[in-house]
Amino acid sequence: MVLEKKRSDLMTMLMFSLVVFSMPIWLDPLGANYPDLLQKFAIFGIFAIGYNILFGLTGYLSFGHAIFLGVGSYTAVWSFKLLSMNVIPAVIFSVVLAGIVAAFVGYVSLRRSGIYFSILTLAFAQMFYNLAYSVLTPITNGETGLQLTLEDPRVIDRLFTAAGEGLPSTELFGLSMSGYSGFYFCAVMLIMAFYISLKIFNSPFGLKLKAIKSNQHRMKYTGYNTRPYLLSAFIISGMFAGLAGALMAVTDPLAGAERMQWTASGEVVLMTILGGVGTLYGPLLGVAIIKYLENIFSAVNEAVLQAFFTFLPNWLQDVMVMLVSPFVGEGWHLTLGLMFMIVVIFLPGGVIEGFQKIKKRFSKNNNLKPEGE
Amino acid sequence: MDAILIQLLNGLDKGAAYALIALGLTLVFGTLGVVNFAHGALFMLGAFCAVTFQKILTISVKVVDPSITFFTAYKEQPYLEIWFGDVGLMIIDYAVPLSILMAIPVMLLIGLAMERGLIRHFYKRTHAEQILVTFGLAIVIQEVVRHFFGANPIPTPAPDIVSSSAAIGTWLGLSDNLVYPWWRLIYLAFSALIITSVFAFLQLTTFGMIVRAGMFDRQMVGFLGINVQRKFTIVFGIAAVVAGLAGVMYAPILPPDYHMGMDFLVLSFVVVVVGGMGSLGGAVAAGFLLGILQSFASMTIVTEFIPGIDQVIIYLVAVIILLTRPRGLMGRKGVMED
Repeated sequence: MVLEKKRSDLMTMLMFSLVVFSMPIWLDPLGANYPDLLQKFAIFGIFAIGYNILFGLTGYLSFGHAIFLGVGSYTAVWSFKLLSMNVIPAVIFSVVLAGIVAAFVGYVSLRRSGIYFSILTLAFAQMFYNLAYSVLTPITNGETGLQLTLEDPRVIDRLFTAAGEGLPSTELFGLSMSGYSGFYFCAVMLIMAFYISLKIFNSPFGLKLKAIKSNQHRMKYTGYNTRPYLLSAFIISGMFAGLAGALMAVTDPLAGAERMQWTASGEVVLMTILGGVGTLYGPLLGVAIIKYLENIFSAVNEAVLQAFFTFLPNWLQDVMVMLVSPFVGEGWHLTLGLMFMIVVIFLPGGVIEGFQKIKKRFSKNNNLKPEGE
Repeated sequence: MDAILIQLLNGLDKGAAYALIALGLTLVFGTLGVVNFAHGALFMLGAFCAVTFQKILTISVKVVDPSITFFTAYKEQPYLEIWFGDVGLMIIDYAVPLSILMAIPVMLLIGLAMERGLIRHFYKRTHAEQILVTFGLAIVIQEVVRHFFGANPIPTPAPDIVSSSAAIGTWLGLSDNLVYPWWRLIYLAFSALIITSVFAFLQLTTFGMIVRAGMFDRQMVGFLGINVQRKFTIVFGIAAVVAGLAGVMYAPILPPDYHMGMDFLVLSFVVVVVGGMGSLGGAVAAGFLLGILQSFASMTIVTEFIPGIDQVIIYLVAVIILLTRPRGLMGRKGVMED
């Protein structure tokens, strides 16, 4: 039984790795095969997977995860500035520091549950955001954002090579982290993150988190102290967010405070919900849908629409363009908001639940057995 | 002394806006049990009522400008000026206060439509889902406004007569240099008026009595044969009007842009929580308290002592209150305690 379980896990991981690594191939016909977008898929995938460990399993709705994303980015850029352009130390430091910050925020916020927890995390998000813009300017460089400069010490790099001309780029032992190599690095991280999430979902720890979601009181009556489990889940998801933040800095070494605003946390909530909260693949699906559509919708303008509707008679073409244009280009957020509302209203389980419903309907039609057999 | 007085007024002013938004939020929460993240959007819509009204009043036509004689120059002249002359110009000048007349029915309609169309379906859902759907709605409203009004703040000036400052220093026998913008004083008085009338409405009318009873024990009021639901729908409309009016009058202070709602939303949620979910008095008290705290924290003496405190004071207070007094300052027992 255990062996079988292990084997199926291995199969899942193999399949998942295959799908992720072959993304440049199978996304090509969809017009989404360029490194920038692929990196986004992987980075936000990690973010959403981590968020799902907290929100999906325990039901605690946090609006503060952008804090850890921001902390991750800032740490990574500082590591690039002070130590080395190598990404490994940057990623490690970011994850650790994000974990520490998450431990602090989580320790305080998790003393309350429900909406109070949401508002506490919201308050922390605003606090960090405001501080990053004001007092912490020496660390965050305020509105300009933290960037690499020519004067950076980069002590470890200096031990081996002299400073070159121009700004160096991030690298993994000599391999530059831009373009596809950057994507593959993110992809490896995504696969590791997914593996951890898979393990957590199937572990007794994951089960306890689910128990907290379904009935925390009963869980407490059974003799469990739920706080340590919640805090662990919070820290783990914070570390995932830190990793995602670090990878953002790896693919593009600058960090700004707007990454920490609470609406940025709102974005990851949207992705998780849209895909299917509490499911293993849902958040990834949500990320893929949102980032892909964002990419397409924001690029569309009126000229493209005109071309798209050329098959219609002239007056109808104009009407269609007029009707559709508020939803594309600049109006992409409107589409996103509408999509999100529709999902929350009709499909609280997200797209995954939609698939399951369709599947159920079809399987019911195939064999008309009475239910309960 | 002067500085303290100014900061006190600033704080009261900010606090008045927080209190008005928080009042609606907590009213909706206390009656319908819904956590409404779109409430900030209602505030923003109120401000844009003022903008729209001003735009309508200043619909113009191109006419020949007689003051330029070398060539035929054109200038924009509002219809109101053409039709009514100086009276028309005066009406345009008073656009913001007059837009209250438009804002009340519009906001009431928006509120009722929101409650009937969306919120009503979410009574039985979890608070998390209510937050999510209203958050989505807030994004939608915000983006629609951006589509029609653009992303830049739109200056909406107050009437000329009150655009200067009041010499409060002279009135109080303090220094003559102590002045304060008239409009902010008006805003303060206006908020006090609105808050008083909401409380009077709830305390003195039969309708208010039923609403208060419903907040206390909704089921029992239902058993008595009263259609609580309908009353609560109207309460939602009233909350929308209060938020909208707060927005209308705030337009001259802060030129409205499409995301002002989100900015105020977070703060007013904090206010509601500090005051105690579902407590009206708490919301108002906490609104003014936090407003004053914030403006005192931004004084240079304080920021020199603890740098950055002005940025975080409100949230810090909220965190401390939530941890030590989860019910907030005036929260009732048994509200929102899982």
